[in-house]
Amino acid sequence: MKLTGAQAFLKCLEEHGVDLIFGYPGGALIDVYDELMKNDNIHHVLTRHEQAAVHAADAYGRIKGSVGVALVTSGPGATNAVTGIASAYLDSIPLVVFTGQVPTKLIGNDAFQEVDIVGITRPITKHNYLVKDAEELIPIIREAFHLANTGRPGPVLVDLPKDVLATRITYPELKPISMRTYKPTYEPHPGQIEKACQAMLKAKKPVIYAGGGVILSDSNEELTELARKLNIPVTMTLMGLGGFPGTDPLSMGMLGMHGTYFANMAVANCDLLIAVGARFDDRVTGRVDAFAPHAQIIHIDIDPSSISKNVRVDIPIVADCKHALDAINAWFGRSKEFNVEECVEKNRPWHEQIREWKNKHPLGYIEETDIIKPQFVIQKLHELTGGDAIITTEVGQHQMWTAQFYHFNKPRQWATSGGLGVMGYGFPAAIGAQMAAPDKVVIDIAGDGSIQMNIQELATCRQEKLPVKVAILNNGYLGMVRQWQELFYNKQYSSTVMEVAPDFVKVAEAYGAVGLRALKPSDVEPVIKEALKTKNTVFMDFVIAREEGVYPMVPAGKATTEMLLV
Amino acid sequence: MKHTISVLLQNKPGVLSRVTGLFSGRGFNIESLSVAQTLEPDVSCLTLVTSGEDTIIEQITKQLHKLIDIIKVTDMCEHDNVEREMALIRVKAEAHTRAEVLRIVDIFRGKVIDVGPKSYVVEITGKASKLQAVIDILRPIGIQEIVRSGTIAMTRAHKS
Repeated sequence: MKLTGAQAFLKCLEEHGVDLIFGYPGGALIDVYDELMKNDNIHHVLTRHEQAAVHAADAYGRIKGSVGVALVTSGPGATNAVTGIASAYLDSIPLVVFTGQVPTKLIGNDAFQEVDIVGITRPITKHNYLVKDAEELIPIIREAFHLANTGRPGPVLVDLPKDVLATRITYPELKPISMRTYKPTYEPHPGQIEKACQAMLKAKKPVIYAGGGVILSDSNEELTELARKLNIPVTMTLMGLGGFPGTDPLSMGMLGMHGTYFANMAVANCDLLIAVGARFDDRVTGRVDAFAPHAQIIHIDIDPSSISKNVRVDIPIVADCKHALDAINAWFGRSKEFNVEECVEKNRPWHEQIREWKNKHPLGYIEETDIIKPQFVIQKLHELTGGDAIITTEVGQHQMWTAQFYHFNKPRQWATSGGLGVMGYGFPAAIGAQMAAPDKVVIDIAGDGSIQMNIQELATCRQEKLPVKVAILNNGYLGMVRQWQELFYNKQYSSTVMEVAPDFVKVAEAYGAVGLRALKPSDVEPVIKEALKTKNTVFMDFVIAREEGVYPMVPAGKATTEMLLV
Repeated sequence: MKHTISVLLQNKPGVLSRVTGLFSGRGFNIESLSVAQTLEPDVSCLTLVTSGEDTIIEQITKQLHKLIDIIKVTDMCEHDNVEREMALIRVKAEAHTRAEVLRIVDIFRGKVIDVGPKSYVVEITGKASKLQAVIDILRPIGIQEIVRSGTIAMTRAHKS
């Protein structure tokens, strides 16, 4: 039986288990939207901006552990999606983005709403395709899903010309995908595992540095087993939060620019650094030559190009983190040289040293009785949700306070734009997260600047009847830039004062959502409790201390030991 | 240090752009580039010359490997290989210089492939250094135009 391209497209999505897509219609995709009306198996979420559709699909995939799907039209629809695609690329998030395109005969003619989106997104996708032949449509979509979700995950874009979607084709039968040029390495080299384990046996001051790869490969249990078995302290990147329980005694929290004092000191003084699914981002390393200067470095990563990219690695292990950690745990399971008591004893002085650093400069803030401190709001959110909520954030100070004070104990509980740092990510991400986990409390922790980047998604929330909560830490500034201006630019607050801002309570109400406001510390708990029992979408406007900073802080380009601690 | 990198890739639209985009996006320079079909019609061989420290070259080869359409990447500096470039040179050839040009072309095992009333087009193949030598010698006679191909390279047969 012959199907139109649009019918085959939807059938192929169903074949991949897709029951939810985020998107925005347009002329080039009208055939697909026409078919969607008749389809009972795929729910389409109409966002109010294409960027939001991609962020929502990104977070849906992160929380659910599957591939998110976004569908946007040609030209401006496609270019609006670019920020979302770039964010997913830098965070290695599995995503398939479909863009509409003008008919094949018009491609290259500057037709109405034509852009070369394959060209535009080439550097920010794992791979991308322009379907020029209708017979290639289904094989390409199958390949796109395969690429997005295997090896190092990432976004894949498929550009769909209007005539391809209207052409009748025979739906090809499903065959195993075999690509001559793409064969990721999942299994670690036994010789490298042996070397790594021997180094771990010898180390007296080891540290595990866990990144987003731990979450993506679902290797949190294997990582926890290794850390506990060998009594190794663990620090996590922003993307790695939840990869190891944040409340575990071995957890040192986050490292890097806004990491804890003790995590940064431990990395600076360790004799062995075990990097798992992390990429030595500049926000983590600070000045590279002063990063872990005394350490032998083991690096587990599925992407060979991540190895020795920023920091010299002594023992590279190119493999899926789960497979590599499994192999390491198995090695210690059968090793005659390994003795738990000896290992604990050997590391004891190291743990005492870390405790000393922790006691000297614990993570904290100065409490005040009449002004709401943002850290206090996060602590209350943690307490009143039992640490069990799914948290998304925008980008800025609130993001760092959340990373510091909401202690994530589980993976896939946290979605933030780490690599690209997108203001406007958190609210649409909360929509995707809520649809991935309808029974969970989902909170977007936002700044007053960031929430205004995609505030129109209140309409999407209301249309889908989503009980998403948004906690706005409102200081009337673009806080993170203001903090840099305060510290390094002589308090010249150039364009960081939000002189005109909406009344967030009224904005929420205008969309039929609920708006709550907290002006003093005693308001915080009642507002959160009220929000948590409300079934509707809620904006919580926390009017916080205006000039609170995020500390510790490593100034850009400094060594991670050169922290500002105030 | 200069490196000649040979890349086997899918013969499809946009693949060359992925390779060059990778270089421009990371600020690496391509000194020469040549690409054409191989024995297999759907596979092309691309040869490029770039330079940089070992760490940069390692990153370049790893990033090239990472591109989905790339089949194989070989840094020719790690192998015994033969390299060739071609230059077409339009040189002034008037009555009193014709013999001299022919002699130079002959010495360098080149060929005159077009003859005009006042010029020759000379074809020279060899390593970049040889081409440069010919150009330097012909320049005083009067070079009017030069077109050079990128380098192509192939590993030598293993001799036991």
